[in-house]
Amino acid sequence: MIRFDVHVTAAGGLHARPAALLVNKAGQFQSKVTVIKDQKKADGKSILGIMTLGASLGDWLTFEIEGADEEQAAAALKELFDKQFES
Amino acid sequence: MFKGIPVSAGIAIAPIAKLTAQSTVATNDEKIDSNRKTEELQCLEQSIELAKEQLSQLKEKALDQLGPEKAEILSAHIAFLDDPSFTGEMKARIENQLCSAQAAVQQVAGEFVALFEGMDNDYMKERADDIRDVSRRLLKNLSGGDSHSIGYPEEPFILVAEDVTPSETLQLPLSLVKGIATAKGGPTSHAAILARSLGIPAVMGGGEAFLTAAETGKLMILDGATGELFLDPDEGQLASFRERAEQEAADRETLEALKDLPAVTLDGHRVHVVANMAVPEETEALVASGLDGVGLFRSEFLFMDRSNLPDEEEQFTAYQRVVSAFQGKPVIIRTLDVGGDKHLPALALPREDNPFLGFRAIRISLARPELFRTQLRALLRASAYGRLLIMFPMISHLEQLREAKRLLEEVKAELRTSGIPFDEEIAIGMMMEIPGACLQADAFAKEVQFFSIGTNDLVQYTLAVDRMNENIAHLYSYYHPAVLRLISHVINASHRAGIWTGLCGEMASDPLATELLLGMGLNEFSGAAAVMPKVKARIRSTTMDQAKQVARHVLSLSSAEEVYSYLRDKTE
Repeated sequence: MIRFDVHVTAAGGLHARPAALLVNKAGQFQSKVTVIKDQKKADGKSILGIMTLGASLGDWLTFEIEGADEEQAAAALKELFDKQFES
Repeated sequence: MFKGIPVSAGIAIAPIAKLTAQSTVATNDEKIDSNRKTEELQCLEQSIELAKEQLSQLKEKALDQLGPEKAEILSAHIAFLDDPSFTGEMKARIENQLCSAQAAVQQVAGEFVALFEGMDNDYMKERADDIRDVSRRLLKNLSGGDSHSIGYPEEPFILVAEDVTPSETLQLPLSLVKGIATAKGGPTSHAAILARSLGIPAVMGGGEAFLTAAETGKLMILDGATGELFLDPDEGQLASFRERAEQEAADRETLEALKDLPAVTLDGHRVHVVANMAVPEETEALVASGLDGVGLFRSEFLFMDRSNLPDEEEQFTAYQRVVSAFQGKPVIIRTLDVGGDKHLPALALPREDNPFLGFRAIRISLARPELFRTQLRALLRASAYGRLLIMFPMISHLEQLREAKRLLEEVKAELRTSGIPFDEEIAIGMMMEIPGACLQADAFAKEVQFFSIGTNDLVQYTLAVDRMNENIAHLYSYYHPAVLRLISHVINASHRAGIWTGLCGEMASDPLATELLLGMGLNEFSGAAAVMPKVKARIRSTTMDQAKQVARHVLSLSSAEEVYSYLRDKTE
């Protein structure tokens, strides 16, 4: 399993648009993606799960990724945050 | 009896017509026989697939017409439909709990709406609307028709719904709608604004319990002045409300007769009685009201309830529609006034401890010149189609006014270079809503062509009273002598400089205050169109001499209570 933290830097937090992009990306991999904020866990492939975490600008999120393609998935998701969801 | 927020005054007595398909989050425990399970699952799946197709098509259209930002929101809606915790859970409820497809959608949607609404992040709170939107689409597809599966009755009715979108309000058969009562929403929702300008009595935020109890066909009384909602009223209630409704109808008729008459005193002093407005959809009703123009168009409503910003073209279209429709009558458009109690998701404004003293209105516009210039360009372009006046909100410092005017001149120069027509003589004004600015009115008067006093904020800032705070709401009064002195000071300073002053807060639409303001020399009264005929009637029934006496006497009084009692006794 791969575990890493990211910092939310999108102005409006992890709102609908970035959440949709995140879920889309996570859905491209077989690995199970879990996103954690303050002990609240959400399925990284469920947009509503992500949105109900209520991640705002400045929050830290932990990702847990487990599965055959976990490394590729981790790299792709980190890139999303690095690029601030601008494709 | 249920109680909601009164948003549009008037009494309505009629049977209920309830928009059931909209009740996205109403409790629905409808169960099915186990042999209908497969069929019910299929129905749900089909409606999900259909919704995805509809949304994909909408998304293409949005990409073309509204830009990628809006289209991404539709992507999010599509993603909801693929979300196991959303549609997956709906299917599970049919499978395991034998819920009907409709019940499954309503239950799951209801849970997510509650979850989002309970969050302390305003942006996320508003995502409840996205859930409603998607669920409404599913319910509509399930029922196989448009969202109003009941259709409207042929007889007069009171519309009851969870909430009403602006486009739905506009599709209503207006001659039959006697009132609107909703479970959700508040006085600043689009539906509330439209109801006010169309003069339909309305109560918002009646709550879920009201929605559940209100059944189509049941008789109901709605009091848009108090927010009271009576289901199955008894004979006594009916008799007393019928009497009041008749009185109102008679008053309306008297006022209707004044429609095309000018707002002029018995001794020939002419003032302007104009309307406040917020959304372009109100235009036609306002033009028909026979008022002298628009004293306050709140441009921020074009920016609200959306995640992106309206571009120049969209703003131009909205302003131009209003300005053209008024055919040369003045239309005062106020530049963006957000912050404070009005948030804009698209601006991602930081949360503030003290928003009413914080980053809002002109302060935002000057800090975000690209945003401001877009609005100024749209306003100037629209000025070529009639008589548009630009007004800046929340000016406290002379430098702000000068900076705003400098930007306006720059935009004018750009338009001239590109050969785009606009009104070279366009008048510029400012809101007078900060006591400091009022005291300095003489200095400001040299730099603008008009003032408009915003009493709602002026009272709050002068008396340091937040009127939303129940513990101190009794201290909030525009009859307070300090407020009245500021108003008088502003009007006098404007006249000394040869410019005019209007008033666009609630005080302008209070007939009790009309004679007083007239006597102080106010030139323009701007308020909700439905109540302004009363103000016009007051103006037409007095003389300038009488009004001046009232003003002189009131300005000698020393408390809000004394002022109020004097005006009330005088009117009775």
